[in-house]
Amino acid sequence: MNRAIVIGAGLHGLSTALHLARAGWGVTVLERRHAGRHSSGINAGGVRRLGRDLREIALSAIAADMWANIAALVGDDCGFVASGQVKVAESEADMVRLEARADQVRALGWRHEEVVDAAELRRLVPAIAPHAVGALVTRDDGAADPMRTVMAFRVAALQAGATLIEDIAVQGVALAPGGGLLVQTDRGPMQADRVANCAGAWAPGLARLVGEDIPCTAKASMMIVTERVAPFCAPTVGAASRALSFKQTAAGTVLIGGGHQGRNDVAAETSIVDFRNLANAARVATALFPCMTGVRMVRSWCGIEAMPPDQIPVIGESATLPGLFHSFGYSGHGFQLAPAAGAAVAELIARGATNMPIAPFTQQRFSAAARAA
Amino acid sequence: MTPDVLMPDVLVLGAGPAGMAAAIAARGQGLSVLLLDENAAPGGQVYRALQRRDAADAQERRDAADAQERRDAADAQERAGKVLLAAFAACGAEARHGAVLWAVEDGPRVFWSENGAARSAAPGRLILAAGATERPMPIPGWTLPGVMGVGAAQIALKTAGLVPDGDAWIAGQGPLLWLYAAQALKHGGRFAGIIDLAPPGVVSRALRHLPAVLRGADYLAQGLLWQRAVKRAGVAVLAAREVAAEGEGRLEAVVFDGQRHPADLLLLHDGVVPNTQVTRAIQGCRHVWEQGSWRPELDGWGNTGSPGVMVAGDSGGIGGAAAAALSGTLAALEAARQLDRITTERRDAQARPARLSLARHRAVRPLLDAMFPPRPMAAVADTTILCRCEEVSAGQVRGAVALGCLGANQVKAFCRAGMGACQGRVCGPAVHGAIAAARGVPGEAVEPFRTRFPTKPLTLGELAALQA
Repeated sequence: MNRAIVIGAGLHGLSTALHLARAGWGVTVLERRHAGRHSSGINAGGVRRLGRDLREIALSAIAADMWANIAALVGDDCGFVASGQVKVAESEADMVRLEARADQVRALGWRHEEVVDAAELRRLVPAIAPHAVGALVTRDDGAADPMRTVMAFRVAALQAGATLIEDIAVQGVALAPGGGLLVQTDRGPMQADRVANCAGAWAPGLARLVGEDIPCTAKASMMIVTERVAPFCAPTVGAASRALSFKQTAAGTVLIGGGHQGRNDVAAETSIVDFRNLANAARVATALFPCMTGVRMVRSWCGIEAMPPDQIPVIGESATLPGLFHSFGYSGHGFQLAPAAGAAVAELIARGATNMPIAPFTQQRFSAAARAA
Repeated sequence: MTPDVLMPDVLVLGAGPAGMAAAIAARGQGLSVLLLDENAAPGGQVYRALQRRDAADAQERRDAADAQERRDAADAQERAGKVLLAAFAACGAEARHGAVLWAVEDGPRVFWSENGAARSAAPGRLILAAGATERPMPIPGWTLPGVMGVGAAQIALKTAGLVPDGDAWIAGQGPLLWLYAAQALKHGGRFAGIIDLAPPGVVSRALRHLPAVLRGADYLAQGLLWQRAVKRAGVAVLAAREVAAEGEGRLEAVVFDGQRHPADLLLLHDGVVPNTQVTRAIQGCRHVWEQGSWRPELDGWGNTGSPGVMVAGDSGGIGGAAAAALSGTLAALEAARQLDRITTERRDAQARPARLSLARHRAVRPLLDAMFPPRPMAAVADTTILCRCEEVSAGQVRGAVALGCLGANQVKAFCRAGMGACQGRVCGPAVHGAIAAARGVPGEAVEPFRTRFPTKPLTLGELAALQA
């Protein structure tokens, strides 16, 4: 049996492990803490094609089809509801920008983004502030429960035959003397034919250990969750020119994010909420939803994620250590991509090639950029 | 707001004995002090509403002039409280009541809500004196209306003079249970009975240490006085191992020893634990397992591992009101030294009396811990709810452990225990104990709940009003 080691039991690692195990590989997932400890388990849970980087749309569209039938993939619906995603225009200038964006997406042949007027926006989001003038909408986007999703992928991967080892630290990867790769851990060496680097914010560090310098910074987007309130908003709501992600969960709590940054400390494996910055998130949310002003927030947090300079992921085989495959740098919007990206990485590993649309994500784009500069 | 309000030398959280003593000592060294407290008046839990009650009782007391009452143990404690309250009122600290601290960032920078708006300050030193919370006592039916903690009943007694009447029961163990019962009886309360759940045998073993304890402090004598007052008042005290609350929609009966007794109020108590809600959310504050609960790791002055953040009183380890005040004094002296107001030699000289006294008060703790160990979580039935916010049962927590879940933070992911509005403030010790028992490991082997700021809820409008 071919053997693979997946480093990192976040959603991308677990998805990669699931697809590899279903393809008949012996898979061991190594996790330094526990599954879903960082961004995977605590992100906003957006299942969104709306507003994606144009280079991500093709993979995102495949993922959308997988999400529509996610229970068939992992045996649980992951709390996914196709309740729509809405990007609100707060001015006529916003509307012009959203219309231009919709034209760009249509020109590439995609039909999921739709411009709606103020009346339709109010029908979709009755609680929106009076100054909103319209929106860009993807009606069959939605949201899922991130931790439930991690648990579902974890259970499915284990049921497919993968092994998960938690509380184990990877210290390096190298060519094994007799072929294959050797993964050094704090519990001794482990051997495999292929290794996947799905270590999230710590993946660029792992790449550096094998002599590969992939430009990446870390980000730590902050989230707010409020107390439960009566259902008033079905879709996930963003804004055209301000940082906002606003979603009411099935439980009635409201999740507020949008990329407001906390402070991160990759070495210490922590991120810290910056309340003076988080106040901006509260200002944007209450500006677009005045009804939220008196609602209490009960918790805030942030999770660390790797972010390349162009804010799209790195997916591809290592340039310095053949047999090692990278999948990281999802820059805060990798949740929706996970089912498809895992399938793509698994196919790369098992077959050496894939027809999945991941060509834009090769790390060679950085060396090409460096040569051009 | 003037700039010096935003940057006091010392910011103290909590106006209980530790916080008041810290403020008094810091002012004594010439430091500016801003004190934040959630309640309407100083005193904390032990001296809650003591000033107001004192004024109301003054006339009554002069009339009664009951010499016996003035000698009793509760009065001794209240006398100490009055001395502290008077010194605090005169010390020149700026006290803000109704102020709810909800975050601490590096610096330290402190955030709180007051009159509907978020505020922040950057003090030279932060002294956290958040006190203790009751250890949760999960029994079947404890979520029914009519079942509450002894601590909550004590607040009702101290702030509103409310005492139990009718079919009221107390169940549990520990000195504070007897203190409350004695206080409530003194104010005209009545109980159907007290169900003593202290494990048999432990008391007699502990009593062998009695002479040593009496030399060190008079806690046990005080505790026995309270217990005797309760028994003399004719309240039935019944030893039992287990108790359950039953009722349709609200409490109707307590069940123990196979007997069902009508009940409309059941007060539970299983001791107190340090309130670590804030310190657990501060990066760099390590916690150690002691006395069956977590407490922040402190040096002899109350310094945590987080620069500028100090802890005093019961939130740093249960020691009672007198020990809390002494540790507050020590923390303030250390803060003065760190802020270059006094030399190390002067700090040590001034700290000597408090340090000696503190050692005496702390001598009794091992005995009390031996007498009243927390009720074993392994005995809690699978169907009993542990996390009230998310309605997670002991069986669900055990199920998560069986699936490979090793710590409290993973349990949140598996079954949402501790994910509710209280962030595990109520259920934390119970969930933690259940995980340890299910894994068959001691408590310190289980990772504690990570808390997240805001540790107290605030409205989005309040946060939006925070100045950058």
